[in-house]
Amino acid sequence: MTHTHKRILINKLVMTLSTLSAMIGISFLFWILYILVSNGVDALSWAIFTEEGAPPGYEDSGLKHALIGQLMIVGVATLVGVPLGILAGTYLSEYGQKSKLAETIRDISDIMMSAPSIVIGAFVYAVVVAPMGHFSGWAGSIALTIIMLPIILRTTDDMLQLVPSTLREAAFALGAPKYKVIIQVVYRGAKAGILTGILLGVARVAGETAPLLFTSFNDNFLNTDMMEPMASLTVTMYNYATSPYEDWQKLGWAAAFILSMFILSLNILGRLFIMKKKGR
Amino acid sequence: MSLVIDKLFTHTSKFVALTILLIVAAVFTVLVQHSLESIEAFGFSFVTQTKWAPNLEKFGALPAIYGSVVSTFLAMLLAVPLAIGVAIFLSELAPQRLKAPVGVSIELLAAIPSVIYGMWGLFYFVPIIRDIFGGIGISMLTAGIVLSIMILPFMAAVTRDAMNTTPDILKESAYALGGTKWDVIKDIVIPYAKAGIIGSFILALGRAIGETMAVTFVMGNVHKISLDLTAPATSIPVTLANEFTEADTDIYYSSLFELSLLLLVISFTIISVAKFYFLRRKRVGA
Repeated sequence: MTHTHKRILINKLVMTLSTLSAMIGISFLFWILYILVSNGVDALSWAIFTEEGAPPGYEDSGLKHALIGQLMIVGVATLVGVPLGILAGTYLSEYGQKSKLAETIRDISDIMMSAPSIVIGAFVYAVVVAPMGHFSGWAGSIALTIIMLPIILRTTDDMLQLVPSTLREAAFALGAPKYKVIIQVVYRGAKAGILTGILLGVARVAGETAPLLFTSFNDNFLNTDMMEPMASLTVTMYNYATSPYEDWQKLGWAAAFILSMFILSLNILGRLFIMKKKGR
Repeated sequence: MSLVIDKLFTHTSKFVALTILLIVAAVFTVLVQHSLESIEAFGFSFVTQTKWAPNLEKFGALPAIYGSVVSTFLAMLLAVPLAIGVAIFLSELAPQRLKAPVGVSIELLAAIPSVIYGMWGLFYFVPIIRDIFGGIGISMLTAGIVLSIMILPFMAAVTRDAMNTTPDILKESAYALGGTKWDVIKDIVIPYAKAGIIGSFILALGRAIGETMAVTFVMGNVHKISLDLTAPATSIPVTLANEFTEADTDIYYSSLFELSLLLLVISFTIISVAKFYFLRRKRVGA
């Protein structure tokens, strides 16, 4: 009897500890979320969207320059990274399959997904920024493309593999060439999954700061020339938050809030696509 | 006609897939090339010297390496038990209607950019550390704690996924024999999911060691090895983030490139161990 009592006691103890640590972990995370929202909402105003950066102390300062810069840098990275990633993923799933080459590419991409992004920044600095002689929006986009590529590649690969091979065989039996089978049958079957991969890939690179620090650098004013240094929300956030000026710090929180909401909505949207697919 | 397109499609897609290998090879080659000057100048002493003085053109990376190791170790020390707790809670304890919302919000928190964790650390956590431990609050300890909070969602989510792979029938059999929840977790779930759990911890370790923004705010970038955890310190990514745009001499640049190379090699190794040794059969997580 005492043995059973002991087991029940230990069980209760461990369960309490586990629930407690879950509570601690979850409350920390919600604390961050709360601070993000309360500071962000507090700092939001119309001027944020209509005004450019200004020296500290000026009433009319905003994040227009960083918002536009961010959209351009991430936009270009998406335009380049998504088609390349989908093509490469298509090769893995439809041509390479279980070949040694395909498996190697999969492994390397998996590792690249977790590799430190600041190193990619250093690489792009060496091959783009240094030869050009100055920082540029293009360099930032290139760094983000490199980070995005393995993510899109792996999700496309996974999603295409989920399409039943009987569908492909049926199309082949009708005499369709392989590329037509892929484009008209396989892609169509994996549409929702690929879309989710793209959304998550964009969300991931949109939050990257480290690889932009020494590629696109920063600019306190509006610049739409990708050949020149460019502001991004993340680098602006870093610079403003570490500055001693209260109004700049406030702008930093506004940037943090806008960016997080953007990233969270992409993530939620991606989940909804997958869920809708499963529901059918 | 369609034969030509077919060939074109095959070759283009293969070429693009190969570029990913080319990019990785190029990253390594370029980093090695740019590190050569520093490797020639300092040799092995680069990783054993403690003096980092750009004005004297002396570059020793030991403080940065020490900082990376200690901050990551602290982060793991705090995050591992919490992650296990959260994972047990989510996979075995939580009532059904709590599982989905709590699980999803943890996954969403893993998607929040690390720069925001860093900002939170600077404005809200640094003052707390300052009040409790004295000093300026910007320290190795702060960096370790912020880092642990940042990797917690990822770790908890992957650990939960690993635990969830345990077949229900095994757990039910153990319950039928009169096992308590803890008996089932320790004798069935953890042994079954061991490889996956360890793999995800190592994967989180690989991410933590290369994490830049969460720690840059709160570490201070001071190149000094101090046993006092409440003193400011530096790590490899923190040094890179702070000094890359300031480097003014070739040897300074080269030393920073050697640091990047070092970081890449370390994290590549850690992630490979997680992938190939522990997560081989099932590809858990990203």
